[in-house]
Amino acid sequence: MSQADVAVAEGAAGVGGAAGTAVRPSPLWTLGLLRSELVTTLRRWRTLALLGVLAAVPILVGISVKIETSGDGQAGRGGGGGPAFISQITNNGLFLVFTALAATLPFFLPMAVGVVAGDAIAGEANAGTLRYLLVAPAGRTRLLLTKYATTMAFCLLATLVVAASALAVGALLFPLGGLTTISGTQISFTEGLGRALLIALVVAASLTGIAALGLFVSTLTNSGIAAMATTVGLLITVQILDQIPQLHALQPYFFSHYWLSFADLMRDPVYWDDLVKNLELQTLYAAVFGSAAWARFTTKDITA
Amino acid sequence: MAPYESDDSTGAAQADDELRAERRRKAARYVVPVAVVGVAAATIGLVPALADSGDPNLPKITAQELINKIAKSDVQQLSGTVKISTDLGLPDLGGLESSLLSGATQGSGDGSSADPSAKLTELASGTHTLRVAADGPEKQKVSLLESGAEYSLIHNGTNVWGYDSKSNEVYHSTVADSGKAERHEPPATPKDFADEILKSVDGTTSVTVDGTAQVAGRDAYRLVIKPKQSGTTVGAISIAVDAKTGTPLKFTLTPSSGGAAVIDAGYTQVSFAEPAASTFEFTPPKGAKVTEGDETGKAGKSGGNGKADGWDKGGKPSEAPDHGSAKGLGKDGFDVLGKGWNSIAVLDSGSKGGLPTGSASGGGDLSGFLGSLGDPVSGKFGKGTVFSTRLINALITDNGKVYVGAVDKAALVKAANAG
Repeated sequence: MSQADVAVAEGAAGVGGAAGTAVRPSPLWTLGLLRSELVTTLRRWRTLALLGVLAAVPILVGISVKIETSGDGQAGRGGGGGPAFISQITNNGLFLVFTALAATLPFFLPMAVGVVAGDAIAGEANAGTLRYLLVAPAGRTRLLLTKYATTMAFCLLATLVVAASALAVGALLFPLGGLTTISGTQISFTEGLGRALLIALVVAASLTGIAALGLFVSTLTNSGIAAMATTVGLLITVQILDQIPQLHALQPYFFSHYWLSFADLMRDPVYWDDLVKNLELQTLYAAVFGSAAWARFTTKDITA
Repeated sequence: MAPYESDDSTGAAQADDELRAERRRKAARYVVPVAVVGVAAATIGLVPALADSGDPNLPKITAQELINKIAKSDVQQLSGTVKISTDLGLPDLGGLESSLLSGATQGSGDGSSADPSAKLTELASGTHTLRVAADGPEKQKVSLLESGAEYSLIHNGTNVWGYDSKSNEVYHSTVADSGKAERHEPPATPKDFADEILKSVDGTTSVTVDGTAQVAGRDAYRLVIKPKQSGTTVGAISIAVDAKTGTPLKFTLTPSSGGAAVIDAGYTQVSFAEPAASTFEFTPPKGAKVTEGDETGKAGKSGGNGKADGWDKGGKPSEAPDHGSAKGLGKDGFDVLGKGWNSIAVLDSGSKGGLPTGSASGGGDLSGFLGSLGDPVSGKFGKGTVFSTRLINALITDNGKVYVGAVDKAALVKAANAG
């Protein structure tokens, strides 16, 4: 807490100093702005609660698999249902990382990102702090970029929280060691760990699309709640539409369509086709809704 | 007053202009996202068109030369991705269909989800992505890619492993006699394929080279095989043959009734370099349930048959289906009527009453349901039911005979009348 306070104070000092000496803000100024945004976002109780919920998911999965299999040492026997990789957890705790990400990616992670992104501009407007932010010579574009960067940092942090929590629980409850890829080949534990990290990065990158979408929605309204609800509502709508077979022609353009392609990283050799499509799609969403947010935010009247 | 008014009005007009300009400036910013969408749409629309740089120019070749090229090809090492779409026109029963199919091939199976015969029947419908790798006759691997899971069938030396990562189950059997191993030739090994092709080149078939094509980034000749006979459901078979190595890269079977291909299997990516040795190494993961194929005796045997089917379907997208099935059935002691494309396999199911139309014995609801899927026919042979797919038709008569072939309904009835 006190550390964070110091950070804010430093940030504020940086702002004051830069504004005093130069009209054109220096790049350092942007870093200061980013840092103060990050600290403000991460200090919010709701952010911490979201991260807590995300960290709890792997604990829940790990404990239930442990209880379920304490008798015969077999998970998902015969059925093969549940999130991807769940039947391999008992062999190797590292698989809990993949299972946890597969379980949280369809809903929990994007919901958390939607809350943070939707709140980014509309929340400030709602609290009446947006105009004060704009009084400082930052410029709207710079502020928007900072907000987006903060949201992206949250995407990464949220994913890493899930992965780290899953790794800790997996190491506590299950054996670790060399693992079998889903293609049946063996890789060492170090390589498995490397792939886990890569998967976490891919999952974080998968969220950039909805982050940009949330930011755009956030510039449309002055109500933080409305922006969050719209973003999460869009997420659910798209997830439902993605399940309707008649819409298969449209589905490759839904931002959530290739999300679970991260599992392809566990094949040997890695199957890149869908992974690349996913990253291209996320870039496209980020470009379209990022620029739409910019067009909206730089031209709208700030009344709050 | 007047001057003031005019002043006011010009001022208002000026403000109006400024406002309009301001508004235009604001609206201009929305051009950016719209432009991004436009560029993306253009890229999606144009790139495939630009990439399709036309059919490659290759020296002319006759059909016979091309067939020889396939026969001479000795590709031992290969790895790639195969996309296979099958549309047999089976009624869409969802999961029921696949369980029926696997039930059919598996017989009294052991129920392991890693059993190849249970798994590879999934290929009978829909679109699937497969990965194949081969390194000589001793090492092959076929993997069926699923969402977040994979089913792998690995042949390494005398071991055959099936691994289903979704349920973490392993199927293991050994290929004891090497003669049998010969039968499980690697996927897309041209030898088996070429044999089948050469067999089909008789009086009933026309074989032509129909230009060139690009498959998986490689230049290929297109070999088109058409039945000369009428009455068969096979329209045409088109095979893209790699110009350099003579490996078949794409196989398309179109039915004579037109429409989408019944079977469309082709490489989307292929490499003739040696696959990593680790690809073919498999040790069951800790805690996985291992089913030994040999322990189960009869069921294991049926698993073996299923496996052969799997190789055929998966990797050798090449076998002329009627010859394949006719040969297979003939081996097992069924009668084969007719020849070439119009071959019809006849078997006696022994159950008098055949597939009853409801009235027979106590068949009950199930047979009534099955009967409703087919069309009732009658002729000199009596009464029967015809089950149709887009490729294979079957006639089950009330006196227990079954006629199966890649021929149309009339040909089946004719065969039944004659026999």
